[in-house]
Amino acid sequence: MNEFLQQLINGLSLGAVYALIALGYTMVYGVLRFINFAHGDVFMVGAFAGMYFGRWLKPHLVGWPEWLFAGLILLLVMVACAALGGLVERLAYKPLREKPRLTVLITAIGVSLLLEYTGQLIFGAAPRGFPSLLTSAPIAGLGGLHVSNIQMIVLGVTAALLMCLHYIVMRTRMGLAMRALSLNPTAASLMGVNNSVVISFTFGLGSALAGAGAVFYASLYQAIDPFMGVLPGMKAFVAAVLGGIGSLPGAMVGGLILGVIETLVVGYSQVLGVPPGYRDAVAFVILILILLFKPSGLFGKTLKEKV
Amino acid sequence: MLPLLGVFACKKSPDAGSLDVIPVGEFASLTGATASFGQSSHKGTQMAIDEVNAAGGVLGKKLKLITEDDQSRPGEAATVVRKMLSRDKIVALLGEVASSRSLEAAPLCQQAGIPMISPASTNPKVTEVGDFVFRVCFIDPFQGTVLSKFALSKGWKKVAVLTDVKQDYSVGLSQYFKKHFTANGGEIVGEQSYSSGDKDFKAQLTAIKGSQPDAVVASGYYTETGLISLQARELQVNAPLLGGDGWDSPSLVEVGGKAIEGSFFSNHFSVEDPAPAIQGFLKKYRTKFGAEPDAMSALGYDSAMILVDAMKRAGTSEGPKLKAAIASTKDFAAVTGKITLNAERNADKSAVMLEVKGGQFRYVETVAP
Repeated sequence: MNEFLQQLINGLSLGAVYALIALGYTMVYGVLRFINFAHGDVFMVGAFAGMYFGRWLKPHLVGWPEWLFAGLILLLVMVACAALGGLVERLAYKPLREKPRLTVLITAIGVSLLLEYTGQLIFGAAPRGFPSLLTSAPIAGLGGLHVSNIQMIVLGVTAALLMCLHYIVMRTRMGLAMRALSLNPTAASLMGVNNSVVISFTFGLGSALAGAGAVFYASLYQAIDPFMGVLPGMKAFVAAVLGGIGSLPGAMVGGLILGVIETLVVGYSQVLGVPPGYRDAVAFVILILILLFKPSGLFGKTLKEKV
Repeated sequence: MLPLLGVFACKKSPDAGSLDVIPVGEFASLTGATASFGQSSHKGTQMAIDEVNAAGGVLGKKLKLITEDDQSRPGEAATVVRKMLSRDKIVALLGEVASSRSLEAAPLCQQAGIPMISPASTNPKVTEVGDFVFRVCFIDPFQGTVLSKFALSKGWKKVAVLTDVKQDYSVGLSQYFKKHFTANGGEIVGEQSYSSGDKDFKAQLTAIKGSQPDAVVASGYYTETGLISLQARELQVNAPLLGGDGWDSPSLVEVGGKAIEGSFFSNHFSVEDPAPAIQGFLKKYRTKFGAEPDAMSALGYDSAMILVDAMKRAGTSEGPKLKAAIASTKDFAAVTGKITLNAERNADKSAVMLEVKGGQFRYVETVAP
């Protein structure tokens, strides 16, 4: 039983990262109806930004408490990723606003490759160590369970970010504009919504969440490389589809479910008869099943309330 | 006119290259997941070639080392080796450390009739490809036995095994370890696997924790082993880890830190070995690169020296004769010990066990073949 609970915790902390990336996919899809395949690479750039910020700022901010320092890095990375997301949107996608959606999709793949190989050129292909922002310590008093403070912080901050996101989308004018745009872009612009600004904002917001995901992922696994965004990006895409693409709670739940399923399949591979080497295949089998049997995903309703 | 031009163009280029130098190819993982292997073996190889050239070269010519980076990626090794065979007209190929990538290049060299010497690929399948493929290190059936004997001598009866299913090296090493260990009274209490590039091992380690092993064999490369050790300690799996020569990289300690302390691995040589050949090599290497060599550098050096020795004995750099000369290498005094290539084109050499202690690899014992 303990082992099962432990696997559940392992899966949830992995799933939280998937969820954060999946939110970016789902938001952009909700507004623009296209999959931003460069999203996973924005995530990668976020991890490297975190590494450099961490190294540069550490000597200057010696007296700072650890949590404040980690929070500052998180914030800086989110801002940097938002800027990158906005820039990509401005340079690559905006000129194609009136073109068929397929054109934009292919461009997204191009942007993804551009970021990966530019990353390799600048950062080198070798995996780099991510500076530990917080000292990892086990949380005591949980019986036989082993949960590190970092795992708990990842889950906690993810939940907090989700609440912020929910607030922005549901309670602010910008969120209202996003929802309006998602429902009907023409009508929205007739009602005085500046579509361009809203789209840029959506990209920025989604990318900032990818940046947060990157800092968490790198803190949990401590090794980063220019291709680290590819697989988590794909998995997060599966998570978004699993939850119903376009649905915010769907992306969240989809991410968590995917993380847990993946971990359980690996952890109980001998019982299930699936070699752990197939952990990545599991995600894509889920994608195929969803597309076959419930293409709208768990939370995807037809066209209601998609952002 | 046109066909004539073609003949002229074809004849011109290879001659110009081969007149004064002998092109020797080398492929290594200079970047990517196992960059430390490629960097080290390349430095060793380069040092050997420089030494030979400084002493006047071989057969009246200088050696020209052509190095290609395979980025530690599957598929890339075959591409770069094909390029060197067809474009650079190399007379011999040195490389790789990782068995999977050596296995990509070996059939190409065999087909082209160009001898290939791997410095450190320990999977038996590598030299089984054909009679043009050699290595200057021991093989995994031996390394697996060494690890198993070591575990038994420590009194570890229950061992869990963690294998990288994407690497032939890791699969082979785990298999040979299990064979010897179970045949000699040990029990394998858990078998888990992962794929190179994975970063999350918590699921596997949680499953291993349940079986309470005395030790965990992590037969993969240093890249993942460092992360495995961190996550194992986080989950309170405190059994020592046990691995093979794929651990040999400063990066293991860099990533693993305290978590990897007290773990053991088998290797080709130890820098603490007082043998004059090793100490002399250390000194030269430190002066040249300002860095500490590891087993991969020593083996890279040895692979190039064996090739040069064979060229001298063959009196030519032509494929079949060079191959025969390499095959008859006997009692060659190399850095990593006396090398005699056996009928399977492998070197029978002893292995050392090392312990990670204070961020360094400390010598524990030598195991003869």
